[in-house]
Amino acid sequence: MTMRRVAIVGAGMTKFVRRAQETAKELAWEAAKMALDSCEMTLDDIEAVSMGTAPDSFDGVHMKGEYLSDGAGAWGKPYMRCYVGGGTGVFSVIHGWYHVASGVFDTCLVVCEEKMSCCQPHPQGAFLTIFDHTTERPLWPNLLWIFALEMNAYMSRYGLKKEDIALVSVKNKRNAADHPCALLGDPNITVEDVLNSEVLAWPVQRLDVSPVTDGAVAIVLAADHVARRVTDKPVWIEGVGWSLDTAYWANRDLSYPTYVEEAARMAYKMAGITEPRKQIHIVEPYDPFDYKELHHLEGLLLFDKGKAPEATALGITQRDGDLPVCPSGGLLGVGNPIAAAGLMKVAEIFWQLRGEAGKRQVPGNPKRGLAQAWGDLMQVGTVVILGV
Amino acid sequence: MTVHIKEFPGTALSRKDFEEGRVLFTTWDPNARYAWDAGVAIGRYLAELKNGRLIGRKCHKCRRIMIPPRMVCEHCFRPTDEWVYLEDTGTVVSYSLCYVTWDVKRVKEPIIPAIIEIDGASKGMGIMHLLGEVEPEEVKIGMRVKAVWKPPEEREGAITDIRYFKPL
Repeated sequence: MTMRRVAIVGAGMTKFVRRAQETAKELAWEAAKMALDSCEMTLDDIEAVSMGTAPDSFDGVHMKGEYLSDGAGAWGKPYMRCYVGGGTGVFSVIHGWYHVASGVFDTCLVVCEEKMSCCQPHPQGAFLTIFDHTTERPLWPNLLWIFALEMNAYMSRYGLKKEDIALVSVKNKRNAADHPCALLGDPNITVEDVLNSEVLAWPVQRLDVSPVTDGAVAIVLAADHVARRVTDKPVWIEGVGWSLDTAYWANRDLSYPTYVEEAARMAYKMAGITEPRKQIHIVEPYDPFDYKELHHLEGLLLFDKGKAPEATALGITQRDGDLPVCPSGGLLGVGNPIAAAGLMKVAEIFWQLRGEAGKRQVPGNPKRGLAQAWGDLMQVGTVVILGV
Repeated sequence: MTVHIKEFPGTALSRKDFEEGRVLFTTWDPNARYAWDAGVAIGRYLAELKNGRLIGRKCHKCRRIMIPPRMVCEHCFRPTDEWVYLEDTGTVVSYSLCYVTWDVKRVKEPIIPAIIEIDGASKGMGIMHLLGEVEPEEVKIGMRVKAVWKPPEEREGAITDIRYFKPL
């Protein structure tokens, strides 16, 4: 492949909050400006802008990408918006990557923004429209249903208990207590708290779920020769992968995310990774619900099928474990402004590999990390592998 | 970088800020209306629901019998070949006991959505529907269920012509 090497050279993010005073454009600007400042670049140095943002229906603004373009620094520049549901945040990095890897641009600013709080009374209502209008929507489905159905299928297949899965929520919300932008960090949360929280759609309880959130994240991508000029600590994009399963979601085996495996295999191949369990040092899998982290770790081939809960119980996925998972605090702890949450994971790997994650820093100088997101109608996997 | 930043931007608002008018905001109630064409495959699916039957499509290449029916096989990327009548019975592949509605209102008696693998279709071919006439604690994965149809005069050619599935 004749692609150019691409590095992340800067990153920025806003606080993740339930409802932000700042408008969507203002949030995008805050994150974009911080990302540029972090690598001492200005908008003049940016040749193209990639925007990731999820459903237009949250904001009630059609062509939301265009609406956000001013805040994202896209005025008078080549600009593209991508959207694959929850998978958007990591996909936007892939999207920005091929802008630069292709040789068309030397730099690309990637901005992800989400303002879910606009949708009243609750953004859940907007999710009704992801279901098939004729065969499913007349049943008034709820987004929680598909997660509950998938979680139950996963638990049933491997004989897992709720407490096995609640450990993920506890780990991530505790990790998030060290994140300065986190919405739901809690250093004292216990498995009992999760198990005693309100039942929303059994087996899903309130503390199994990430919160509705507003926020924005941005990163700066640069081609090899620019990256080396800008920083002495570039973080390279070593591999990318993405794959989509069928929208006939009730026809699939819900206990295993095959599409995540396909995306991971593509990224591992590009990065020259043959033994991911040894060669990946730190992981940020998508965790909008606690079981999803486990599901995705298995899809990423980092644990055998049905074995991720056991690894979690053994502490392997703790920040100081053999394979730190969601050291940021993840969506469960930091928050879930859909597209921005995925990009937050990429930014976390960037900070971790540069040794700049502060209280969240995992020990042992990790050299390679993986961020993954998931979305659409439970069907897309997006993977980015970063290395130093 | 996070170690070098002392203050992150972003200002959290509370519900009170809105209720007490401390921030200005505007609202809009959209009145969006759509009419969706069912297409050939789902058109027949709906017509057969009105007749009190489930129907699928078979692909002669991969031999899958698919429900909901579709005119193109997404695996083989070729037209499907044949209509196949299916049973109105099946097996619960997964289920949930849901205490919130689509717009997040709390309910006392759970709604029980399920994936039901339909008898006569290929392995793994499920549809999403609801379960009824069953105590929530008695629902199990692997449970055998049968469709409960609306009376013929009330059917309108919709997925809701099946009220729910009940234990066999």
